[in-house]
Amino acid sequence: MHFVLPIMGFLIFFPLLVMLGMLAIKNRSIRGWAVNLSAFLIAAASVALLVLRFNAREPLRYAVHSGLTGHLMTVASLLITLYIIFASVRDKKYGTLSLAVIQLGCFLTAEIMMDGRGEAECTLLLDNLSMIMVLLVGVVGSLICIFAVGYMEKYHRHKQMADRSREFFAAIFAFISAMFGLAFSNDLTWLLFFWEVTTFCSFKLISYARREDAIRNSYRALMMNIAGGIAFQLGILFLYKAQGVFELDKLILLAPEAVMLPAVLLAFAGLVKSAQFPFSSWLLGAMVAPTPTSALLHSSTMVKAGVYLIIRLSPLFKDTPAGLTIALIGGVTFLLSSLIAISKHNVKKLLAYSTVSTLGLIVLCAGVGTYQTIWTAVLLMIFHAVAKSLLFLSVGTVEQGIESLNIEDMDALIMRMPKVTLCLLIGIAGMFIAPFGMLISKWAALEALIKANPMLSFFVVFGSSATLFFYTKWMGKLIMIKEPAQMQEGHVSGDEWFTMSSLSGLTLFICIAFPLISSYLIDPYIQYVYHQGANMSQSNEIIMLIMLALILLLPLQIFLQSKQKKRVIAYLCGANITENKQDYEANLQYHTAAQTTKEVELRNYYFEGLFGEEKLGKLGLILSVVLLAVLFGVVFI
Amino acid sequence: MSFFKKSPWLIHYDGSSCNGCDIEVLACLTPVYDIERFGIVNTGNPKHADIFLITGSVNEQNKEIIKNIYSQMPDPKVVIAVGICATSGGIFVDCYNILGGVDKVIPVDVYVPGCAARPESIIDGVVKGLDILEKKYREFKRKSNKK
Amino acid sequence: MKVLIPAVLFIVLAPIAGGLLNGIDRILSARIQKRVGPHLLQPFYDVLKLMKKENVIVNRSQNVYVVCFLVFTIFTGVLFFTGADILLTVFSSTVAGVFLVLGGYSTYSPYSFIGSERELISMMADEPMVIMMAIGMYMVTKSFRISDMIAYGSPILFALPGIFIGYVFVLTIKMKKSPFDLSSSHHAHQEVVSGIKTEFSGKSLALFEVAHWYENIFLLGTIYLFFASNPMVGVVATLAVYFLEICIDNMAARVKWQLLLKSSWLVAIVAGAVNIFVLYLAEYL
Repeated sequence: MHFVLPIMGFLIFFPLLVMLGMLAIKNRSIRGWAVNLSAFLIAAASVALLVLRFNAREPLRYAVHSGLTGHLMTVASLLITLYIIFASVRDKKYGTLSLAVIQLGCFLTAEIMMDGRGEAECTLLLDNLSMIMVLLVGVVGSLICIFAVGYMEKYHRHKQMADRSREFFAAIFAFISAMFGLAFSNDLTWLLFFWEVTTFCSFKLISYARREDAIRNSYRALMMNIAGGIAFQLGILFLYKAQGVFELDKLILLAPEAVMLPAVLLAFAGLVKSAQFPFSSWLLGAMVAPTPTSALLHSSTMVKAGVYLIIRLSPLFKDTPAGLTIALIGGVTFLLSSLIAISKHNVKKLLAYSTVSTLGLIVLCAGVGTYQTIWTAVLLMIFHAVAKSLLFLSVGTVEQGIESLNIEDMDALIMRMPKVTLCLLIGIAGMFIAPFGMLISKWAALEALIKANPMLSFFVVFGSSATLFFYTKWMGKLIMIKEPAQMQEGHVSGDEWFTMSSLSGLTLFICIAFPLISSYLIDPYIQYVYHQGANMSQSNEIIMLIMLALILLLPLQIFLQSKQKKRVIAYLCGANITENKQDYEANLQYHTAAQTTKEVELRNYYFEGLFGEEKLGKLGLILSVVLLAVLFGVVFI
Repeated sequence: MSFFKKSPWLIHYDGSSCNGCDIEVLACLTPVYDIERFGIVNTGNPKHADIFLITGSVNEQNKEIIKNIYSQMPDPKVVIAVGICATSGGIFVDCYNILGGVDKVIPVDVYVPGCAARPESIIDGVVKGLDILEKKYREFKRKSNKK
Repeated sequence: MKVLIPAVLFIVLAPIAGGLLNGIDRILSARIQKRVGPHLLQPFYDVLKLMKKENVIVNRSQNVYVVCFLVFTIFTGVLFFTGADILLTVFSSTVAGVFLVLGGYSTYSPYSFIGSERELISMMADEPMVIMMAIGMYMVTKSFRISDMIAYGSPILFALPGIFIGYVFVLTIKMKKSPFDLSSSHHAHQEVVSGIKTEFSGKSLALFEVAHWYENIFLLGTIYLFFASNPMVGVVATLAVYFLEICIDNMAARVKWQLLLKSSWLVAIVAGAVNIFVLYLAEYL
């Protein structure tokens, strides 16, 4: 037990040291080694923490004598806010400027009004939910850092921009430190500090390319998240004034009616951070950032901070109108984002909408708040983080190979980039096919919601068929066989291969080890908070293992196929240019009725008319704004 | 026993016919003649078919197409030329664009003359073709067993 | 071993039953069209003939997908008839469908591509109603296990009339019957040539057919669930629904995908959701 606090401290402070190192080291390859080594150490520390806390039932509580730390945080917060004010003046972003000024005002007010609060009884708390966040940041995050070393080296060549990767990696490690701080914080003012640091890192990382669209989108993300931060700050202030409490674990134990306004304000911050409607545009816009940023911040970790907070608060929302409203916001987000994703040609936008929809599902489950839905919400967090980061990273590699993010340019990618496509296929399967993680989680969500309130399950019913559609048609494009094929994956570096194969393996592993993850990691948390255990029945687990075995083993028969089978051309009504079986390229050209030749072109359906961003986005905006108004309205009833 | 006689699937292709024979072929599918009672199905797809039913003769444009479709059919397969145009060119044999009957490009197994060939003759031709199909299957099996 | 016997029985008997039902389907359709129709055992002749044909391929991966499709269809049926969780069964059939669609995509042929896209649209169209059926079953029997649904005391149909109607509506989609046979028409044999089956031949086409027989038996099984409390009535009702599907098949013309998608989601909302809502109200009042 003595080692736990030091490791927690290590996890928060070590990345800060690395951040300084990133700014200092000028040599790229030494920096690369430093990143890889640091990533390894962070991952090792996270796993060590897991081992030490394995099968623990009670959370660990630490009181840090926060005198100096508190002052340092205050100074750092002020510096960050002043920098934001300065930058928004310089870049003429007056919306952000006004919000930043308001935030400054709220912060100073809170500091003054909460001055006599003394130290928290429990500043840092380590329970299973924090442990899961630590693993996501420490293991998945570290893998993404390793990937970034190889990826960023080529990034600057591709985008023809100056190499500022020192700043990039500095921001990444500052972010990682802040995420660990966030996961451990029980003192709400500390949580808010780390929350704001992640907002700031996201701002710097989105604007990395310094292009006009990057800067615009970084300010949009900043503005929305500052609004969330203001709500968070006000929530802390109101809570302290009403109840004299500023700690998360104490907040959860209070009577919901007494703290509904602060809880809703905090949940609002969480909704913004997790890009729920009507705030999703910041996440969509953030896709202009380099791929490691999209994978790390905007799918596996930072956006998870928002749902993490809502999951923490869910005991307060159970069976309340506010909880139902939050659930509805999540449900509407889930359904509409899944439908909009169908119409997206740009694969990063597709993945972004898929992320928003999964976060919506987690919010839906957290808003309902039964022990089964919370179990499901945590499951979703884990599985989504692993599979989505794998997808984003693989897509980044694909982009560097084929110079395009358009799905229509990914025809027969399995012939041109076989290993990367295999990673993509595992990631996609991980997102929606039984018995992989996300499907299991969606199944659990369905069952939990049906038991809690069947009407809410309708969101999942329609949303999951949309998910099926857009992922399968993407997969279909990838596995087409079109010859001859020119290999385009030579550029992929060792770092990138290492991370992609590790994440692929991890996706498969967590699917197989799912019963263990449930019993040892998630269930103890559920037991502690809800005094009931949640798990999947053993017969279902066996069936899932059989299905997984079938999916993994059956495709191997392709190696058993005899080479003797006669190969013929595809049917084009006999108008193929040649029946010579060797001349594959010409086989996909045909004579037209006008005596010319044309190549076969196959394009997916996108249904922009039905599921376009304009129509459905507008609908989502209206619905979610109404729901937000209701959310704040029910507080005062 | 092979089941080719019980379930012959055919693909119908129109070369350069006047459509008279095509109408007769389609008439076979109607309730009056109903060739489905023999298990015959008109798939439009060479990869599914055993019998290649061609009407009309061969010209420059459809020469390659006929060869194409024939090559996509899996073994064993038979070709039935329906109508005098498919057999030898019919009344269009002297035209500048007509190369002649189907046997100018692919091997034909059964010729069904007529202008237009009547459904009874067509069915008769298909039945004859089935016997040849059986023989071809036995050949095909022998060859693949030898390999 | 209680599980093994139904599983084995299903694996062995379902293709026979499925083929016979297919034969009845073809004879009935022919009689409705005032024709004689083929022999009752014609589907078996077809499959056995296909097994003897040369198997030509467009690429080496396509047959793998068909085998996966067959295996998962069989697995779905096994799950169903051994009384497993109904949602898991539905998801297993989704996996089978995905393999089928991927098989169509892999060949890079325009007709099978369109067939796959349409098959995907069909899957997206029928999935909501199917899951609503599972939800309705849970609300009546308070269990997701099919074994509990079969053992339920009273006819589930009486509590789920809306869901039953909606489910029969999407059954037309799942059985690939007109007016919803967009991806590869069963009776006309020609819709975008052969749609998703265009590039398959010989053995793999035979496996395709057999998989459909397994799937039909599974689908009829799900109809039986509505009447399970009285086995005699159940079997008669299931066959009656099958007969109804054959009639609809012969009466209706194929629709475009827009109508397919919109109508089945509308039916899911109107018939399915309303039914569930009524049950929900009944519980809380």
